[in-house]
Amino acid sequence: MSVLLDHLPVIWQGLVVTLQLTVASFLGAAVLGVLVTAMRVSPVGVLRALGTAYVEAFQNLPLLVLLVLAFFGLPEIGIKAEPLVTAIVVISIYEAAYIAEALRSGVNSVGKGQGEAARALGLTFRQSLWYVILPQALRTVVQPLGNIIIALTMNTLLAGAISVVDLTEEAKRINLVEAQPIPIFVGVGLIYALIASGVGFVTGRLERRLVMVR
Amino acid sequence: MSSLLFDEPGPRARRRIRIATVVGVLAALALAALAVRQFAANGQLAPERWQPYATWPMWRYLLDGLWSTALAAVVSAALSMALGLVLALGRLSERRWLRVPSAAYVEVVRVIPALLLVYVVLFALPKYGLDLPLFWKLVVPLTVSNAAAFAEIFRAGILSIERGQTEAGLAVGLSRGQTMRMIVLPQAARRVLPSIVSQSVGLLKDTSLGFVVSYGELLYSGKVLASYNGLVIQTYVVVALIYLGVNASLSKLARVLEQRSRAHA
Repeated sequence: MSVLLDHLPVIWQGLVVTLQLTVASFLGAAVLGVLVTAMRVSPVGVLRALGTAYVEAFQNLPLLVLLVLAFFGLPEIGIKAEPLVTAIVVISIYEAAYIAEALRSGVNSVGKGQGEAARALGLTFRQSLWYVILPQALRTVVQPLGNIIIALTMNTLLAGAISVVDLTEEAKRINLVEAQPIPIFVGVGLIYALIASGVGFVTGRLERRLVMVR
Repeated sequence: MSSLLFDEPGPRARRRIRIATVVGVLAALALAALAVRQFAANGQLAPERWQPYATWPMWRYLLDGLWSTALAAVVSAALSMALGLVLALGRLSERRWLRVPSAAYVEVVRVIPALLLVYVVLFALPKYGLDLPLFWKLVVPLTVSNAAAFAEIFRAGILSIERGQTEAGLAVGLSRGQTMRMIVLPQAARRVLPSIVSQSVGLLKDTSLGFVVSYGELLYSGKVLASYNGLVIQTYVVVALIYLGVNASLSKLARVLEQRSRAHA
């Protein structure tokens, strides 16, 4: 493990990039995911169809294919961006499909009476979704969302394939110099495991605090 | 048509829905138009840039890639399901020395990225004299990581079978092993079939990591083809559509299975 300590500054740099990828992609995916969920439960048939098509498409495409398509393909049609930005946008779009799916199952788990009560009080579709349904739906999907964040963290490694130098890429470079793959990759694996268990711990606590007794 | 969030629409709501429909269609069309404009402005819509994908040799090459993808996915799925079943049974076992290592395996592998496992097989194992063929460099790490997921699916399935089934099996004189094999597992297998199919879709998506190990699966074949004929965006769009077609059909299958099992329940 001392080989990692010798390269601590580089490891730190890689970790920062990995955390940037994780946090920024999750925020993007959360916003997009809520939007797609709103479309999928709306009374407008066209919006429902578009939302369903979005989820269906991005759940069935490998993330690596999307990253490669965006990184090598988009410059050909005049869209150029930093690799890090490309990675964040693509991962956001991809994970939004999973968040939307989780949120929708949360919305479906909210009792029918809640929606009826909201309408009986005269709330509009937007108001009843935002003030009544979503807050309750969110509570039931804390655990699934935690799993999505963990999966997202694991997926940020793929950004390495489009020349983003994250934690794993730094580890690969150190390995080229030091040629001690086992301690290097086990050490990096431990860091990912720590991030994942951190997310699991926080969502576990959150769930216990937010849980509603019906 | 009414649901959780809306009732049968009245005249005003119907007008609003019509407006939202028009806006939604226009927004979708605008996005599509923007994409087409970007393609056209950069000369990527020229017929000769798409023509090659109407010819058989190109498709034969990509279908070869798809075959390798399918091979890797099927072999890895079979191995990880077998390993997953062993782990699930181990985790539910009465014996501590089986339960603890199985649980540890599942919990540890769940928090390790699959790509990191690929790198371990790619860089670390050859150093210790274990240089696997390319196919196994992809299949081994995928199997190791998916076995944990399959183990959890099987465990949930076994736990979902009512206690009375096991008790009845033991009561008629079957041993624990026989009860598991003849009573619990057949019912659990039917119950988890939809989850197994959707996990297999995930596995099929994971085989695109062959891109990293240079195993000639679909995405890597696309890369080779694109660098050969210079049709970058066209090639990757075609590759993406193939993945979409295959995986969407599998996901559809999972939904049909789920509906059927719910109808039986």
